[in-house]
Amino acid sequence: MAYTKRLDDRQNDELRPMSAKAGVIPNADGSASFIAGKTTAIVAVYGPRELFPKFKQNPKKGLLRCHYAMMPFSGSGERIRPGTSRRAQEISMVMEHALLPVIDLKEFPNSVVDVYIQLPQTDAGTRCAAISAASIALADAGIPMKDMISSVAVGQVDGTIVADLSYGEESYPGIVSDIPIAMTHNTKQVTLLQMDGEITKEDLSKALEVAKPAMDKVYEVQMKALKDKFSVENKK
Amino acid sequence: MIVNQTTIKELAGKKMRIDGRKFTEYRTPITVETNISWTAEGSARVQLGETVVMAGVKLSLEKPYNDTPDQGGIMINAELTPLSSSEYESGPPGIKAIELSRVTDRGIREAKAIDMKQLCVVPGEKAWFVIIDIVTINDAGNLFDVAGLATLAALKAARFPVVDEETGAIDYKKKTDKPLPLTKEPLPVTVYKINGNLLVDPTAEEEKVYDARLTVATDEKGTISAMQKGGEAPLSTDEISQMMDMAQEKATFLRGVLDK
Amino acid sequence: MSELLKKEREIVIPGEILAKGMDFLPGENSYRENDNIYSKALGLVYVSGRVIKITPLSGPYIPMVGDRVIGRVTDITMTGWRINTGIAYSGILNVKDATTRFIKKGEDLSKIIAIGDYVIVMITQVTSQRLIDFSMRDPGLKKITGGRVIKINSHKVPRIIGKQASMVTLLREKTGCDITVGQNGRVWIRGTPEGELKAARAIKRIEERSHESGLTKSMETFLGGAQ
Repeated sequence: MAYTKRLDDRQNDELRPMSAKAGVIPNADGSASFIAGKTTAIVAVYGPRELFPKFKQNPKKGLLRCHYAMMPFSGSGERIRPGTSRRAQEISMVMEHALLPVIDLKEFPNSVVDVYIQLPQTDAGTRCAAISAASIALADAGIPMKDMISSVAVGQVDGTIVADLSYGEESYPGIVSDIPIAMTHNTKQVTLLQMDGEITKEDLSKALEVAKPAMDKVYEVQMKALKDKFSVENKK
Repeated sequence: MIVNQTTIKELAGKKMRIDGRKFTEYRTPITVETNISWTAEGSARVQLGETVVMAGVKLSLEKPYNDTPDQGGIMINAELTPLSSSEYESGPPGIKAIELSRVTDRGIREAKAIDMKQLCVVPGEKAWFVIIDIVTINDAGNLFDVAGLATLAALKAARFPVVDEETGAIDYKKKTDKPLPLTKEPLPVTVYKINGNLLVDPTAEEEKVYDARLTVATDEKGTISAMQKGGEAPLSTDEISQMMDMAQEKATFLRGVLDK
Repeated sequence: MSELLKKEREIVIPGEILAKGMDFLPGENSYRENDNIYSKALGLVYVSGRVIKITPLSGPYIPMVGDRVIGRVTDITMTGWRINTGIAYSGILNVKDATTRFIKKGEDLSKIIAIGDYVIVMITQVTSQRLIDFSMRDPGLKKITGGRVIKINSHKVPRIIGKQASMVTLLREKTGCDITVGQNGRVWIRGTPEGELKAARAIKRIEERSHESGLTKSMETFLGGAQ
């Protein structure tokens, strides 16, 4: 049985309904929420601020730190114990690497920019939603950035290449591959690439091509969130 | 800011507040949004001024405690996330988060707001346990009241998940339309004493200068189910009486917001 | 063929293409890659001749020599006070730059300025590692007493001050308050409680609507007649 019709009736290259908002956390220096289907990421940026302990300071540039966390009630199964996990630590690290290529912290030696992520509900694609939200929040915080980073997963479900897999698709019976990707907007350089499942080299190349227009759709939502926050028309 | 803290105290002496509110006036907007998380059995987002808190309920089937074999249980946990304020750090909960979760817990538990016996499925073997997680999104003051409101809203919105009759496994992706056995609706209100004056709903700056505070949880009949005095200064019995009156009055106000 | 792709004062986000071709030059917060000029910040586009620059809408305050800022004393050292201006880098106000009066060796510095006090100071030096020196010896530089300090986005400071200080003058007249705007986005307001509240609300309003046209007019209406 081939996967010809998607579980939620989307086109193969169609993303889940997305929305984003900048400036959702007044205490933070920059913030954003990003919703993709039933996954919600909330991100706050604090900094550049003084970095402790001092031995971690870099006199040449500021440090970027990501802190990914799922709320205890955000998993589709049992409650998740609060506190960090190996998974959360790994995602935090790959998020840093996904964002760093466009972030310029030369003007802020010895400082740190902290990016805090909380997810109130999840349905696959949490790291992608987190990265897309973090990119908005960093721009909102006025951090110098060469470009935006957009992120979405692509993959193959039982022989069909699709964009933005849902949890139902990730756990579809049959051969499935899930490939979270992040790219710079202008040059489509890949800054996050992970994959689990099974895929041939040829199909991977096809999936990467599907990813590019998918990123542009995410980018439109990110751009709108930032421009909406600062547009005069939006003020009451 | 020390200069503002001095000003807040001076203004309190003149029956004024730095943001122009009355002592008994809550900030605006005040909104309660439920079902903000499909993965929780019940959830809510509460905003009060710039303070935002989310709460989510998860249900699980566990073996009852030995001393209460015919009852389920509840647990309330609060996280003061570094996302919500530059004053919080990553890591295990500090004393402020512990106090917040315990005071919220007592308000619900001691009122017997949830009928624990109705949570029992098979005595001595299986009962529902209710776990409420409170997560701060933006702390701009008065977390006790906002967390209490979010907790009650999430509990009211909660629906039991489907349980497979043969295997006994919970299908968290499917919900029944059965709500939790809520018998009462207790809400905490915290009254703060600043420079000899009593007020509610402090901002983050006002919270830095209070002398004492009293959290009072009351249900819709005015019955008190939990109290907590905080702060270093003592309170007179007259002040406590006044604070309880204010708390009951304001709990009615907050209940009105919840029922909107 | 060179082409300018954005209008004057248009909002752009990081990475947006501002212009194609070699006739334009990248100014502040923009950069060239191959034939194109791109934005490097969330901000407004300004074109002056061939130079395109972006004025950021948000972001940290960058300390500049000559700026008057409002700082908080965080520590007292052997030689002076450590002062935080709300950014990643604190600075030092040396005893000799703090006052014109003679301070005896061994004098208790906390009697002059205590930890937690707010001060209006001027930046006299910034090193490459962002070590900052302050002075408090010019007129208007002093320890703050009374009133309130509010925080705003430092990029909105020019709007709070206005052309030739027109906005801050209007605020002072209509609220009867003393108002000092620090370049770091902290504003000190001192007057009657009602006046301070009115001034604080007005300043927040200007911050929110900073790029609205006719702001001075709408603020005149907001502030109403004399206090």
